[in-house]
Amino acid sequence: MANTDGVTAYSRFGLGARQGDLARIGSDPRGALKAEIADPHVAVIHGKDLPDTVAALTAVRDRQMARKAGTLDKAKMAKPMLIEYRARIAQAKRAEIGFGERLAAFWANHFAIESDAGALVRGLAGAYEREAIRPNILGKFEDLLLAATRHPAMLAYLNNATSIGPDSKAGERRDRGLNENHAREIMELHTIGVDGGYTQADVIALAKILTGWSFGQSEKQPKRFGRFAFNPRAHEPGAETLMGVKYSQAGEKQGEAALAFLAQAPATATHIATKLVRHFVADVPPQPLVDGLAKVFMDTGGDLKAVSTALVDADAAWQAPASKLRTPQEFLWASVRALDAKLPPQLAQRSLTALGQPLWNPPSPEGFHDDTATWLAPDAMTNRLDAAQLLAQRTDIDDPRLLAADLFGDALSANTKQAIARAESPQQGLSLLLMSPEFQRR
Amino acid sequence: MAERPVEMSALRDALFCPSRRVFLASAGALVAWAAMPKAGFAGQARDPRFIAVILRGAMDGLAVVPPIGDADYPKLRGDLAIGTPGHEDVLALDGFFGLNNAMPKLHAHYQKGDALLIHAAATAYRDRSHFDGQDVLESGMAGPRASRTGWLNRVAAALPKGENARPVSGLAAMPTVPLILRGDAPTLTWTPPNLKTASADTLTRLLDLYTHEDPDLAKVLGAGIDVEAMARGDGADAAGSSGGITAAFTALASGSAKLLAADDGPRVAALSFDGWDTHTNEGADSGRLSGLLGALDAALDTLATELQPVWADTAIVVMTEFGRTARINGNEGTDHGTATTALLMGGAVKGGRVLADWPGLGQGNLYEDRDLKPTTDLRGVLKGVLRDHLGLAEPVLTAAIFPDSIGVKPIDGLIA
Repeated sequence: MANTDGVTAYSRFGLGARQGDLARIGSDPRGALKAEIADPHVAVIHGKDLPDTVAALTAVRDRQMARKAGTLDKAKMAKPMLIEYRARIAQAKRAEIGFGERLAAFWANHFAIESDAGALVRGLAGAYEREAIRPNILGKFEDLLLAATRHPAMLAYLNNATSIGPDSKAGERRDRGLNENHAREIMELHTIGVDGGYTQADVIALAKILTGWSFGQSEKQPKRFGRFAFNPRAHEPGAETLMGVKYSQAGEKQGEAALAFLAQAPATATHIATKLVRHFVADVPPQPLVDGLAKVFMDTGGDLKAVSTALVDADAAWQAPASKLRTPQEFLWASVRALDAKLPPQLAQRSLTALGQPLWNPPSPEGFHDDTATWLAPDAMTNRLDAAQLLAQRTDIDDPRLLAADLFGDALSANTKQAIARAESPQQGLSLLLMSPEFQRR
Repeated sequence: MAERPVEMSALRDALFCPSRRVFLASAGALVAWAAMPKAGFAGQARDPRFIAVILRGAMDGLAVVPPIGDADYPKLRGDLAIGTPGHEDVLALDGFFGLNNAMPKLHAHYQKGDALLIHAAATAYRDRSHFDGQDVLESGMAGPRASRTGWLNRVAAALPKGENARPVSGLAAMPTVPLILRGDAPTLTWTPPNLKTASADTLTRLLDLYTHEDPDLAKVLGAGIDVEAMARGDGADAAGSSGGITAAFTALASGSAKLLAADDGPRVAALSFDGWDTHTNEGADSGRLSGLLGALDAALDTLATELQPVWADTAIVVMTEFGRTARINGNEGTDHGTATTALLMGGAVKGGRVLADWPGLGQGNLYEDRDLKPTTDLRGVLKGVLRDHLGLAEPVLTAAIFPDSIGVKPIDGLIA
């Protein structure tokens, strides 16, 4: 029986089907997707070996001390990033359809940080994604924005932790001052977008508003260490005017009010809706779909569960042809799920690095682009084939014909079916399945 | 101050660096049984090694050991009838059969008496699916999907237990165990490090699929590979260096042999070499098949060299899931067939001859009027080797190793 909506649910909205999934999802794929995000914490990761931000920062500091003291023993060092990779592999396998995981990846990339920015950001990246992003992807956008903005990884990455109001107490004493980086990216990337109508004066105003937003960096102050902390001594005193609105609140409240304003701006609704549709549906987002999501965003005060649900409910989101190429991360997780592959974290990291999309290490604060053209680099498909062949050796599944039918049902083209059936070995057949247009496109 | 994680760039280079890309006809994997008793079978001084080499994709036996003395052979093979007047020469065997001249080292072993060629052999499988054919080849059953364990694992389990049953140390974990070695007996896995498996054959198939289904992907994939080098089938990479397949096959053979040669190493192993599915431009004389045979020749000779200290107690079987059509198809290639060539090699093998109950290639002699007819059951060959080389009793061979083979007698005199 044809179940093209079932296939679409897994490929377009989810992380790809596992064996038996297509049969399980039944006749109401939309209902199944909505059921998955009924739990607002569906993407939350728990794990005893996963450090919280405070522990992660402690580890970063310990390593820096050891390096200074010359006692750093790399062989004995825990590999924090590999622990994070291991948890993401397990999470990818565990996810029912993977809509929650896809949303988590979308939002982590929207509020991107760059591991290569330094030891601190790298050391906190996993905790940032687990603590600031995942618990908030189905709540209010404003809460997600606040959590991301306040997290030490973000405050360090976009330099707000070292931004000082020129007329603040700290500013008067020192020759250091304002850093616009974070304020600019909040407007350009995180909220209203580059066409959101802000000026350079607005960037400076928001930067001043956010001065003092920092985190505890001294282990001598255990209550603040590794946590968001407002530093009144660095905060620029006085009212600021941002996009025509005057903010006279004192201290931290000023920033909260400004972020609340930005989070609820119509330009933000359009920006977010456009990015969501571009990510899930098509590189050129159909305008009616964008408008519909933006309206839900505005009507619900930025309720991300309502917006995600509206995406699933929109016919246009299902009717668009599968023209987008899976990103490397989506491809890897989908492959692991399809093959129930045993993938060690080192290999996951290596593969994603080779494919150009390591976790939390995009080339800029803009995050990874997710349009198809970005990923169709000259050697992209040969690199993917390398990864596919690697994965095909890491499974116990030995009949690619049965697996292909199980995962795609009638949605498999005759050419793909034939290529798989004619493969000279099960591994080659599995590699061709992972590389087939049906598997690569979504 | 940005601190770059060294592992990233280093790995990027080592793992997938396009400039170092080598398209290999993918070498398979060694999987070895770890707990073989050091003393071979109880009470004997011999310490036998046994290696099963699987050629995945269905090797064309008629192009490897051509029956140059069969008058019907040139008619069927036309332009590609190597060993007949006007075509590529072959290496002399017994006058009736010749050996593809891509395998001079095997020929030398044949002349020394430690290589035995078997022709018109087949498993019990009579259909033409690679997956099912390999399933039967590895499971040892009479039909596909009949067992979750492999015959070589059952061999390992049936061997007498020795004192030296500890696992070999220092082996990198490898992905999965092929069916032939799956089962109760413990296995360990090893694969050559830093060898990419990107197979020229898989690339060709994928490019074909994309061309039909997804032109955009075809364009990108095509841009990333040197199609001509692939067509030559010599495993050359984009930079033009050659020897990709040979390097891959010999690396696998060399590493495997070192493990098997060790006093406390495994005694039973399986290796596989992929890439034998030659539907188009088979190249028995100077193309793809010739390149594969050259690589196999080098790999087998590497096994012999590395196993020299224990060569006298070594037997290797080289086998494939089925053969190919007796006639050339419309693309200068051959399609899936039935009987084919197998090979025994090793100091323990009574070689220097071709073992064949030749069915002929004339009218009415072909299986289903298209394939070389099977006259030797591969299980009979294996039973003979396992009985005389590893000391397994006939009832065990028929009950546990190759169930449903009661009518298939072990072939005598394969082991010296």
